[in-house]
Amino acid sequence: MKLNQSLALVAGFTAALQFATAGNITGKVTLKGTAPAEKDITGVTDAACSAGHTTPMKTRFFVVGSGGELADTVVILKGVPNAKSTGDTAAPLLIDQKGCEYVPYVGAVQTGQKILVKNSDQTMHNIHPSPANTAGGNKEENKAQFAGAADLTFTFPATENFLKFKCDVHPWMFSYITVVDHPYFAVTGKDGAFTIKDVPAGKYKIVALHRKAAPAGIEQDIEVTADGAKTDFALEAK
Amino acid sequence: MTEPRFNPWLHRFAVLTALATLTLLGVGGLVTSHGVGMAVPDWPNTYGYNMFLFPPSKWVGGIFYEHSHRLVASGVGLLTTILAGWLWFAESRRWLRWLGVIAFFGVVLQGVLGGLRVVLFKDQIGIFHAALAQIFFTLVCALALFTSRWWTDGAGSSVPADRADGVARSAWANLRHLFLFTTILIFLQLILGATMRHQHAGLAIPDFPLAYGKLWPNMSSAAVVQYNQQRLEITAANAITPFQVGLQMVHRLTALVILVYLSAMVWRSRRREEADSRAVVKAPLSYVGGYHCAVLRKLAVFLLTLILVQASLGAWTIWSNKAADVVTAHVLIGALSLVTGVFGCLICFRRPAGNAGPVASTSQVVRPNARFSASVNL
Repeated sequence: MKLNQSLALVAGFTAALQFATAGNITGKVTLKGTAPAEKDITGVTDAACSAGHTTPMKTRFFVVGSGGELADTVVILKGVPNAKSTGDTAAPLLIDQKGCEYVPYVGAVQTGQKILVKNSDQTMHNIHPSPANTAGGNKEENKAQFAGAADLTFTFPATENFLKFKCDVHPWMFSYITVVDHPYFAVTGKDGAFTIKDVPAGKYKIVALHRKAAPAGIEQDIEVTADGAKTDFALEAK
Repeated sequence: MTEPRFNPWLHRFAVLTALATLTLLGVGGLVTSHGVGMAVPDWPNTYGYNMFLFPPSKWVGGIFYEHSHRLVASGVGLLTTILAGWLWFAESRRWLRWLGVIAFFGVVLQGVLGGLRVVLFKDQIGIFHAALAQIFFTLVCALALFTSRWWTDGAGSSVPADRADGVARSAWANLRHLFLFTTILIFLQLILGATMRHQHAGLAIPDFPLAYGKLWPNMSSAAVVQYNQQRLEITAANAITPFQVGLQMVHRLTALVILVYLSAMVWRSRRREEADSRAVVKAPLSYVGGYHCAVLRKLAVFLLTLILVQASLGAWTIWSNKAADVVTAHVLIGALSLVTGVFGCLICFRRPAGNAGPVASTSQVVRPNARFSASVNL
């Protein structure tokens, strides 16, 4: 009994020490060069889709700010010792269907973390995640969701970059979710900024993935101290 | 064997079934062209409804195409079942009765494959479904041909083999080669096309006549990664692979081979026809079976026309960035080309009874209603 208490004490102390020496990684992702013009989405025959838009829908390959800030980039830390997925207890990621578009277009979750898909449209959708890593256990599904129906839940047990969610009723609707097996990742917003919180001090690799500008990822070295670390990425439109 | 009799209503019904099947091919083409094959997640139900009771108000977006495809397919299934039953009970030609049975099982298999593609998420089933659709359409068109007056009245007769001459044999062989080789190539080309379409990756090569600006594109992994980065796909979001780039190049080359071979053979055939006309006193075609040769030559010209239209649609498919209506027209003209080729083969290989080869004579011309029976007792 005494031994168990001692072990628990040591584990708690180690965790506390780790937390005390953990820092945040911050940074910004920018795009070098000019992004190609987005395409108009044509063939929208479902009136419920147009209802939510004042301008025609467009593709969302490059969401770039005036200073080149690049959204929808997944930034993942690699090589964190003993890093494990906390997906079971993490808050679910919500994907909404608004105006026949998935929001967010790009997201990231941990393995086992719930993804809730909501239908805010007054029309029906089908939610069709089609993973590439089926060998790892990610399962292709295709579920119907009428207007006003309850949220649908999906989880994936294996890692995968840009796992595609598709609506075949409205075939331009896509969302790309990256599945990571630890909590050290972030997705850039419209300002291109990202923050990865509570990273234990140490030397790691950090990779930035963008569907078009860096589909295989751009990798950099990073050293994290108790004060955290900062790193930026400059991706290029090919 | 009982003499076959022409049954006009049976023939009309077979033509109706063939037209309905062509419509089904078109709607199926629209489903794939719009990328909405999975818009109805369940099968045989539709969003939990009995397929025939699914409310029209819910036929939105891609559901319209996929659900229409299922309904038209059900109609074709019904027509084929009736046609098979009609043939079974009313047709004297045993082989034709069994062809009807094969058509029945073909349409059932096709329906099951379509359903399995939806519930099993397998693109490979989609490719097989598309290939079987072409075979089934050809079979139903053949049933319409076999039940026609033209075919029925020409059955069962023979012309002595010793009347054949070298010129006729050569012309016949020329046409046989033309139709057989072209039809095989067209079928392979249709399978290549179906494989490309069911990868759901859009255009693997976005330019024509060049390919990524070259005669032969760079197919290295690094180059394909860059192609994918440069693609701005709206619906077909699957990444392209070196295999798909290669597949499209093979599709282009096969199209070129078909076009060049068919053009050369038609040109040769027409020159021969002109020579024959000059050699024989006023006889437009100078041998027994000449009527069939004339039909086949016209059919060959028609096939060449279809192939020219098809090649133009192929180019337009790329220039229009795979516009759904253009791609669907490409699918339909492909199906009609296959049927035309198969009709040519059926007529070519339908030789006079009791002969090993074509029967011909420089002094005789067979009338259109002359009776023939084929080498396989067609």
